[in-house]
Amino acid sequence: MDRKIRVLVGKPGLDGHDRGAKVVAAALRDAGMEVIYTGLHQTCESIVEAAIQEDVHIIGLSILSGAHMTIFPKVLSLLEKKQAKAIIVIGGGIIPREDMKKLEKKGVKKLFGPGTPTTEIVHWIRENVGARSGKTRPRKSKKTRSAKKR
Amino acid sequence: MKKDIWDKKLKTCKERDHDFTTVSGRVTKTLYTPDSIRDFDYDRDLGYPGEFPYVRGVYTNMYRGRLWTMRQFSGFGTPKDTNKRYKYLLNHGQTGLSVAFDFPTLYGRDSDDSLARGEVGKCGVAIDTLRDMEILFHGIPLDQISTSMTINPPAAMLLAMYIVVGEKQGVPMKFLTGTIQNDMLKEYQAQKTWIYPPEPSMRIITDIMAYCTEHVPRWNTISISGYHIREAGSTALQELAFTLKNGFTYVEYGIKAGLSVDKFSPRLSFFFNSHLDFFEEIAKYRAARRIWARLMQDKYNAQSPRSYLMRFHTQTAGCTLTAQQPQNNIMRTAFQALAAVLGGTQSLHTNSMDETYALPTENAVKIALRTQQLIAYETGVANTIDPIGGSYYVEALTNELEQGVYKYFAAIDKMGGVVKAIDKGFFQREISRSAYQYQKSLEKKEKYHVGVNIFEEEGKAEMELLRIPKQVERDQVKALKGIKRERNNKKVKEALRGLHKAAADGSNLMPKILDCVRAYATLGEMCASLKEEFGEYHEPIIF
Amino acid sequence: MNFLKKILKGDKLTIARVISDVENESNAKILEKIFPYTGKAYHIGITGPPGAGKSTLVNVIAKRLLEKNNKIGIIAVDPTSPFSGGALLGDRIRMTDLALNKNVFIRSMASRGSLGGLARKTIDAALVLDAAGMDYILIETIGVGQVELDIAEVCDTTVVILVPESGDSVQAMKAGLLEIADIIVVNKGDRDGVDRLLMELKFAFELREQKAGWDFPVLKTTATTEAGIDTLVFEIQNHQEYLNKSGRLEKERKAKLMRRINELVGDKIKLHLREKIIQKEELERIIDKVYERKLNPYNIADKIAKKMIKTRN
Repeated sequence: MDRKIRVLVGKPGLDGHDRGAKVVAAALRDAGMEVIYTGLHQTCESIVEAAIQEDVHIIGLSILSGAHMTIFPKVLSLLEKKQAKAIIVIGGGIIPREDMKKLEKKGVKKLFGPGTPTTEIVHWIRENVGARSGKTRPRKSKKTRSAKKR
Repeated sequence: MKKDIWDKKLKTCKERDHDFTTVSGRVTKTLYTPDSIRDFDYDRDLGYPGEFPYVRGVYTNMYRGRLWTMRQFSGFGTPKDTNKRYKYLLNHGQTGLSVAFDFPTLYGRDSDDSLARGEVGKCGVAIDTLRDMEILFHGIPLDQISTSMTINPPAAMLLAMYIVVGEKQGVPMKFLTGTIQNDMLKEYQAQKTWIYPPEPSMRIITDIMAYCTEHVPRWNTISISGYHIREAGSTALQELAFTLKNGFTYVEYGIKAGLSVDKFSPRLSFFFNSHLDFFEEIAKYRAARRIWARLMQDKYNAQSPRSYLMRFHTQTAGCTLTAQQPQNNIMRTAFQALAAVLGGTQSLHTNSMDETYALPTENAVKIALRTQQLIAYETGVANTIDPIGGSYYVEALTNELEQGVYKYFAAIDKMGGVVKAIDKGFFQREISRSAYQYQKSLEKKEKYHVGVNIFEEEGKAEMELLRIPKQVERDQVKALKGIKRERNNKKVKEALRGLHKAAADGSNLMPKILDCVRAYATLGEMCASLKEEFGEYHEPIIF
Repeated sequence: MNFLKKILKGDKLTIARVISDVENESNAKILEKIFPYTGKAYHIGITGPPGAGKSTLVNVIAKRLLEKNNKIGIIAVDPTSPFSGGALLGDRIRMTDLALNKNVFIRSMASRGSLGGLARKTIDAALVLDAAGMDYILIETIGVGQVELDIAEVCDTTVVILVPESGDSVQAMKAGLLEIADIIVVNKGDRDGVDRLLMELKFAFELREQKAGWDFPVLKTTATTEAGIDTLVFEIQNHQEYLNKSGRLEKERKAKLMRRINELVGDKIKLHLREKIIQKEELERIIDKVYERKLNPYNIADKIAKKMIKTRN
């Protein structure tokens, strides 16, 4: 049986603009993915913890508050600390291009600006999760990989 | 019959391949004629400007007497940064101030709160104590300008700070003019800035209404806002219906609290969005005025004509701005601003072209302000009152919207009113469905957005952007620590205890909040003390 | 066997991944390895119609149980969209209080359309949490159909949650919810119509009480203010004690295991049938004739069954 793509859509910080997050969540669902929506006002810690327990492939964060340079790096470092770096971090919102470039260098895999069609996001996720479960997470090597992490 | 001839000819014409519905999906006909408004009665349905039912405007000579207030919403960084921007805007002909607060302030949290990390001064100005407010309005005489503050759960605290700044400038509170948004219902529905559950929030709001009616009579106590409902993705009709229903709900709560409807309702004002669909927007404002006047008279038995007047502020639609080809946003905003003016707005904010990237630069804000000045001084649209009135299309659309609103009202009443419908997630669901539908119609190219799904260009625009340095957060936190050291902490504790007591015993909160503010209690401290009594709100699960 | 050790130690990353494997049926041997370490956790099913406040209630029940130093696993099941196969899982929104508690593990599951399979996968996921040392496992499902009844059936205590909206009790009876309930809760107790619903429910339970020897409690809660929660948690643990003392817990769990074995045998046979006996190509070849009514399905089924029995012998 094919592994379903699981995505966590998160709204970190105090920003209440959830239109984009909800539209993307609905679009991913309609593309056959399982979407865990965390609700508003989440801390980075609770987002990372949820992503781990839900065993998602992808964390997608929506930030329109200008706090992106604080939040994305924090989520990345928490994932690393929790040995869950395999989870891909992507995002969207009101983010200047210059900051997008900086964040992508720091390890955010992809940032989508305003006006991105949801189909583009769906497509990107399919491509990249496919690559991940093919290479870094084959079903049978689970035990060996778990062993390495000890 | 000429119409028959035209009908016949029309059938032979080929239409271009286009979706002829409004941006909200409303079907439009090829042509509107006197037939489209057959039961139309000028005196009953339109009337004269400043006369019932106020469709043509709330004042007798409208813009011939006074132009709308050009009020650019702004705020960023520290109070000092924003003070400088205010002076810049006033020097360039802006006629009123509108304060944008940062997220921690909007949520009643101090700059040193753990959830405030990375957000201090980013989306607006950071205000922690009275000291910040003193800096924000330094050198700006409060008796000469009107100030609008976009603030909701902690509205009472920010108003109290403004009052005390006035006191210190020697301006008694009865002369202060301005607006606090203070519209919690739309927060639960759309903008999602909340602290307490709906019922205690409504109590705070009625406390403010009661206090201001008596002590700050020129202050607009609630700005009932459709803007955020629309930004969250609603249609024009939903914006109109939900906003009006919220307005009537505040009226009902005021009456229930024992206030006289003619005393407090003239201080209610409204705030609408101006979106892409030109005529639909104009019709929306006209329908809003008519519905408000009719129901205030028929249903709520208001006697004073001032209670029938719907005065409103308009902001062009931020959600229609594009990151692609950002200069196009100047034109978009101009059309939207024109619709607001033709719709008879009392004040207007025009968005800046760079706002899909960051807060606007000085230069971008100036162009946005100039757009309004151009409409006012060059186009001639302000020379005569309601030049669109009598258009078959707009009048038909106005009627249609009004009828649609009554249908929504009936549905909400059936659920037990606005607060119950919020609890059921009705508004939230309606809005997110419309938002998703619109996104899908863009992706299917049923609707167009220039630069996004039609006439796209390769390559990315480079723009100069406003950067908020990280230093802002550190400075603000440091200033806050300083205040906490300097102030009389015993006095602060006493004042906070007084506030908590008032929350518990049901007496008006405003005098106690003023005590706290004068003692330099922080916003976070005041909100925490109310939270103890009122609890916190958690959102329902709605998609 | 490293992964097993990690599960037993409660390593959340490993638990999460093994639950995925169980859910995807991608590693059949895992459950065999885990099984010896299970049987300790107490399973509480929480079910009721959409909008009854289940997640909020699960959140407060969990908070109370945590105060008594228990480890809590939560599985929240939501429906998969029948059109796209995707799902929006939002139950965590209601459980932010628990998100960072080290003694809590929350997992959202989508029903994924496979009716019989859902109950089984949920139970299997619960096995993983059981092995990981959870004292209580709360399984939250929307009480609308057979699937939920199946899940509730495997729980030790089933709590059915209703709200005082019109016709709720009737709906619940139609869906068979009242028959699986050990405890009934009327949530949103501050709303109109609560007392009427409570009365109806108490009346409905009188008959069952006489037979069962368990005094089915009908409780009123308001999850948002946590009113009535202490009583609810008390009654859950009361039911646990009643099952323990009366020996019913063991009896029922044995019965459940027997059903489970039968189910697994059934599954294996079906799989064997699909893979070995019924050749898809062969069926495709003759289906035209069936469509044209030249052959009939009854006769074909008979032949295939005979062939299977022959191969077995």
